[in-house]
Amino acid sequence: MTTSTPKDEFIARLRRSLKVTGDDATRKAAVTARLAAHAPNLLPKRAQGDAAHRLKLFAEQAIAVQASIDRVKTAAAIPAAIADYLRRHNLPQTLRHGTDPLLKKLPWKKGAPSLAVSQGRADPSDEVSLSHALAGVAETGTLIVCSGPDNPTTLNFLPENHIVVLEAGNLVGTYEEAWTRLRARFGAGQMPRTVNMITGPSRTADIEQTIELGAHGPRRLHIVIVDKGQ
Amino acid sequence: MEISSPRFPANVREAFTDHQLQRALRNVPTGFIKKRAAARDRLPEFDALRDQSRDIKNHTLAHLDLYLEHYVDKVEASGGVVHFCTTPDEARATIIALCQGLGARTVTKGKSMIAEEIDLNEALSAAGITPVETDLGEYIIQLRNERPSHIIAPAVHLNKDQVEADFRRIHSHLPPGRLLDESSKLVQEAREVLREKYLAADVGITGANFLVAETGTSIIVTNEGNGDLTQTLPKAHIVLATIEKLVPTLEDAATILRVLARSATGQEFSSYTTLSTGPRRPGDPDGPQEYHVVILDNGRSGMLGTPFQDMLRCIRCGACLNHCPVYQAIGGHAYGWVYPGPMGSVLTPALIGIDKAGHLPNASTFCGRCEEVCPMRIPLPKMMRHWREREFERHLTPQTVRRGLGLWGFVARRPALYRLLTAIAARALRLMAGKRGRLAFLPLAGGWTAHRDLPAPAGKTFMAEWKARKP
Repeated sequence: MTTSTPKDEFIARLRRSLKVTGDDATRKAAVTARLAAHAPNLLPKRAQGDAAHRLKLFAEQAIAVQASIDRVKTAAAIPAAIADYLRRHNLPQTLRHGTDPLLKKLPWKKGAPSLAVSQGRADPSDEVSLSHALAGVAETGTLIVCSGPDNPTTLNFLPENHIVVLEAGNLVGTYEEAWTRLRARFGAGQMPRTVNMITGPSRTADIEQTIELGAHGPRRLHIVIVDKGQ
Repeated sequence: MEISSPRFPANVREAFTDHQLQRALRNVPTGFIKKRAAARDRLPEFDALRDQSRDIKNHTLAHLDLYLEHYVDKVEASGGVVHFCTTPDEARATIIALCQGLGARTVTKGKSMIAEEIDLNEALSAAGITPVETDLGEYIIQLRNERPSHIIAPAVHLNKDQVEADFRRIHSHLPPGRLLDESSKLVQEAREVLREKYLAADVGITGANFLVAETGTSIIVTNEGNGDLTQTLPKAHIVLATIEKLVPTLEDAATILRVLARSATGQEFSSYTTLSTGPRRPGDPDGPQEYHVVILDNGRSGMLGTPFQDMLRCIRCGACLNHCPVYQAIGGHAYGWVYPGPMGSVLTPALIGIDKAGHLPNASTFCGRCEEVCPMRIPLPKMMRHWREREFERHLTPQTVRRGLGLWGFVARRPALYRLLTAIAARALRLMAGKRGRLAFLPLAGGWTAHRDLPAPAGKTFMAEWKARKP
């Protein structure tokens, strides 16, 4: 006698309701094919166009949700741009980032001598964090940030000010193009622990539908787009 | 919490005289409806995406057993654990056992309607574990010991001054003279109070907007980032989800995500859409060490293969609530359980029984706006009608209504009699109305004429007029 597990019973119940069996070859083939193809459905027209169109749309969408954007030509210019941003907003000259290769090798001392840069996951007392996005999605001004030692997830949520570096070459039109990059980086069907899609700073409208920024996550989201990354 | 759906008529009368509620409800049309319409107008593909979203869920539901099997394999391959629960009791026991195994004293919670459905907070508290809601709206109603009155805006029934009073009452460690006269100050205070709770919590519990079979991923959508702090900081992340959250691929999730935020809040995209797969990886400096998914059935499998299967497409955006004239007038609590508005009027009878929830599918004008705005194109009015039919079949409808319907059925099947009686009625009403042309009172319809006059008929029936005008 075989014993059935809660999973077996659970799935058997679904099959009874659907009036199907688990070994129907046609049904199995339909599911296997869909999972293997992971074909995109309809893609919005607004996301289609050349790099200049994507950049323009990304900036419009991100600014519409209260993110701010800086553009620099080379990675070497990032530290000075960040120090300047912090000064402009009267924020402390401190910064925490992960072990991301691009962020690690930036000329911090030379470009931003007054900035205290440290590495690791966010500490609750951190006020400013920096991440490197895997991609930016133009259709809604969305950043894609993946977890790991390179870009710890806590950096995206604990500090009040989150700065994200996005290489212009990683600006894609649609979410589906971002999935393609995820698969290229981690393997088909494989994912890091967390993929954060970030569209503007944290907000809430839970009190009388009045929008307030900085509900639990960052109050400010600043995006530094670099024309030439690594 | 108690189910008050059987007392729906009394709940409605209370809602009408609750001035705070009526004031708060005025925000619903101006906020949600206009923003959704603007978001729809900005995306020309919106309606085509709704069709595709419907098709994705129909395909998934037809193959739910197979997608669920694949999903479970992927979760396990990424180091997560899936727990199968048929009833709310099983889900509560599973979650409490997980928390106790981790020695948890407090748990933070992201917003989850399934947690409301199974009264998880009460069960956790009874087991000596303190649950802390972290979504601002959920936090506010937890302080008030209330249920959410809206599936995406739990505190939409409250006004700022009420929230201020609750914060002063509960946050008694803070200086009593502090100013809380603006919503920004209330948000800041909640941020500071909850920050401590996130850092102290042993377990984080979230719901899921989607479960992706392809990758074994759970997805949550929030604006505050509370779900992210909830699931990132503690030792363990528990996802509580029901079977209909499954979608096949990341591409399918992307399609439905395009209609979700636009239908819900009118945003192009919510601030945070988070994909979680398994526990933290070796070398990760943060994230939970354990990842559990509690999959709950609670009556859903019984809806598969029935006229109510379409309801399992629902993505809980709340558009049908926002656009419903009944919801706009009475708010969410009158519905008496977890899910209000048109989606609740269809789902609640399926989950707690038509004997308890019979009033809900009857509380509809059948204006059809809910179906019109539903991103998943769920035929909500049709399903409310199905429930009315079931209620009638099971003899749950009141005796007077049954007799009335029986009489009408008798007459309607006899055309000659029908024409005769309607001709008499049309003439009688005309005479009763006199010169005014309006009736201030009508026998057997006193409830209707109590608040307005009935315009009198022209004196002849449509059939008679038609005959007279025929060449």
